[in-house]
Amino acid sequence: MSKVLVAVKRVIDYNARVRIKPDKSGVDLTNVKMSMNPFCEIAVEEALRLRESKAVDEVVAVSLGPQQVQETLRTALAMGADRAIHVSTEQQLEPLAVAKLLAALARREQPLLCLLGKQAIDGDNNQTGQMLAGLLSWPQATFASKVELDKAAGSAKVTREVDGGLETLSCQLPAVITTDLRLNEPRYATLPNIMKAKKKSIAKLTPQELGVDVTQQLVTLQVEEPAQRKGGVVLGSVAQLVEKLHKEAKVI
Amino acid sequence: MFGLGLLARAARQHQLQCTVSRLFSSCRPLAAATGAVQQAQPREQLQYDLCIVGAGPAGLSAAIRFKQLCKEDNRDLSVCVIEKGSEVGAHILSGNVFEPRALDELFPKWSEQQGEGQAFADLPLRQKATADRFYMLTQGSSIRLPNPPQMKNRGKNYIISLSELTRWLAKHAEEQGVDVFPGFAGKEVLYDWHNAVVGVATGDMGIAKDGSRKPSYTPGVDLMARLTLFGEGARGSLSQSLMQHYGLREAAGASPQTYALGLKEVWEVPEEQHQPGLVVHTVGYPLDNSTYGGGWIYHMEGRRVSLGLVVGLDYANPSLSPYQEFQAFKRHPLVAATIVGGTCLQYGARSLNEGGLQSIPKLAFPGGALIGCSAGFLNTPKIKGTHTAMKSGIVAGEEAFRALGLADDAGKKGPITLRNYADRMEVSWVYQELERARNIRPGFSKWGLWGGMANAALSTYLLRGREPWTLKHRHADHEATKLARDWPPKDYPKPDGVTTFDIPTSLYRSGTNHNHDQPPHLVLADPGLPEVVNHPQYGGPEAKYCPAGVYEYAADEASGRPRLVINAQNCLHCKACSIKDPRQNITWTVPEGGGGPNYTIM
Repeated sequence: MSKVLVAVKRVIDYNARVRIKPDKSGVDLTNVKMSMNPFCEIAVEEALRLRESKAVDEVVAVSLGPQQVQETLRTALAMGADRAIHVSTEQQLEPLAVAKLLAALARREQPLLCLLGKQAIDGDNNQTGQMLAGLLSWPQATFASKVELDKAAGSAKVTREVDGGLETLSCQLPAVITTDLRLNEPRYATLPNIMKAKKKSIAKLTPQELGVDVTQQLVTLQVEEPAQRKGGVVLGSVAQLVEKLHKEAKVI
Repeated sequence: MFGLGLLARAARQHQLQCTVSRLFSSCRPLAAATGAVQQAQPREQLQYDLCIVGAGPAGLSAAIRFKQLCKEDNRDLSVCVIEKGSEVGAHILSGNVFEPRALDELFPKWSEQQGEGQAFADLPLRQKATADRFYMLTQGSSIRLPNPPQMKNRGKNYIISLSELTRWLAKHAEEQGVDVFPGFAGKEVLYDWHNAVVGVATGDMGIAKDGSRKPSYTPGVDLMARLTLFGEGARGSLSQSLMQHYGLREAAGASPQTYALGLKEVWEVPEEQHQPGLVVHTVGYPLDNSTYGGGWIYHMEGRRVSLGLVVGLDYANPSLSPYQEFQAFKRHPLVAATIVGGTCLQYGARSLNEGGLQSIPKLAFPGGALIGCSAGFLNTPKIKGTHTAMKSGIVAGEEAFRALGLADDAGKKGPITLRNYADRMEVSWVYQELERARNIRPGFSKWGLWGGMANAALSTYLLRGREPWTLKHRHADHEATKLARDWPPKDYPKPDGVTTFDIPTSLYRSGTNHNHDQPPHLVLADPGLPEVVNHPQYGGPEAKYCPAGVYEYAADEASGRPRLVINAQNCLHCKACSIKDPRQNITWTVPEGGGGPNYTIM
């Protein structure tokens, strides 16, 4: 049975307004709406489409973190994932730890494909998928805007969004693919599916059972708001502009 | 024979689809902009014993009480709550100085179980009111007045965020086995051929602006229930349609409902300006003597202050802007002294009922009932409606359990009618309170600020609500708007960006968002009316009263004449336009579920 493993992350809702804690140690998460990372939603959608086109047989969603990430897994199940795995830990997870945990899971589950969002909108690290591929020694195709699986040939053709335009790669399976915005539009979770999802199983594991050390290696010193934007000024002439650039901004 | 079999099956399917009659639905062929007719699909049906529309205090109290009784009696009945907000609490906005009377009935021992690890440890009732103040404001000063008895909160009531409390109630409800579904809007009431309510249809998702189906199109479902409770808050869209369908106001001989628009902000203020537990109410400035309303400043815990202005929507001047009046309120020295140097965290607006006892419609109908502010139990002089809404939910939940239990024991299927709900409400403390308070608000409409206060004092102190007369609401709010030519246009100063803001800045703080590629949810019965009536006769009041900047008049490129532009994406779901449009030309319908404001601490 061929599987696709989709990693999903619980992050601050893309629409929520963010505030820094008064002690500047991080972002204030109390009373803030949390949702599935938008790029992870796209990954789940792509996995479901692969199953619908019979390229794979099973979609397994996985998330890592405290008890609340089960809500995110329920969303993935409601969209149509077959089963879910929750790696339970209270530890703050860094991209390398996540990649190690996913690698351990991939060795267990032996999926045909690992689908991840290209980055999470809280950290914006854009590292996990790449590190995962490195740890597994699997090919990677990141920023995917189109994915075509050739089951017979055991390869995938992925169009990537790069700075210069679009690049198309062919890679052998199993592989790691990370999703970009234009890959697809995620489906709505319907009420009947939400109800069915409540009955689907979520397997629980710990980092210890997977043999991964998730101790933090980075310490956040300070989190600050970006500098306040100053108002603009409407100038009367080019001469005025030159004068201001010279005298005030001191750039010419 | 094969053909006959097919025919019979088709007839049966048609009959199944026809047992439910509907107005808007994916069951009818849709003509897309291209002219192609898209094939009708039968919608999926989900069955519940009880369906509740609206995950607010009333709806959740009903669900929780229902499940409590199910547990006691060992009956397994199913209940679901649908909520149009993206999460529970997202569309909840309230002052709020909370009277825990109904909470005490729902959870009799909650205050003894707030220790670490106990059931009510994280119940968000953390700040008791410590002081009450009442002021009359003038342009530059404030005069302290004695506290009206209805505003005595010290030591009894809690200053809370109702959004937070509702989220807690939803979590508790889910733990008890209630299915809570945020992100799903009740689009249409479903009736059977006997004109009983048999459920609610949720809206289709993924429909484009032109009405065609996007690739993500997902049809809604029919939530079939033996009983449906409607707790959508003031001026709920389905509640309005039910009131029209069954003539619920006429059946009760009720006055038209009157409303006010409440605008609110939550600020984080410097330590020295914060007095936790302080409850301040104001009348007077910035509203003039003929406009009902007043302001509030509630000091919550954690340096947070809730403040706002309530403006009666029966105001006459068509160029009045409740939003701008709120900015003026914030400029007053008393208010500015509290918030200067602070940060505005959230903004929002919502209509509230002010009609009281006189405006309560018939509450129950075959297959359903109205609960909470959809019916209209808010106590106007107290400006509290949460405790009465919760009580109505509790009573409705109890009656629902009783009625469903009886029907089950008798083997009866089909829609349930709550025969005792309205009677029980009439003998409850809710009606007692509303009876005592009934003559206060109408006095202000009849006699302005000073006459109203004199009447209020008479009714409160002397007659104690026992006067033999009941003042009626003479007209609906939209009928009170006068023509623009009779009233000088109101000029409002520009915002300073420090304590006062423009609408786009405030709107950003409400977290409001809608998928922009959907049909506009604000429907004009006559699309040409704004250019012929609203603008020339009333000066375009919708552009003034909408607290979200949804309505704008822009010069049409071709003719140069002002044309109404509707920015439906900005909508805060406050329902003011549904209430105040002079010709009632605007119908507020529910947009795609999950859209709207995202209040978290309101």
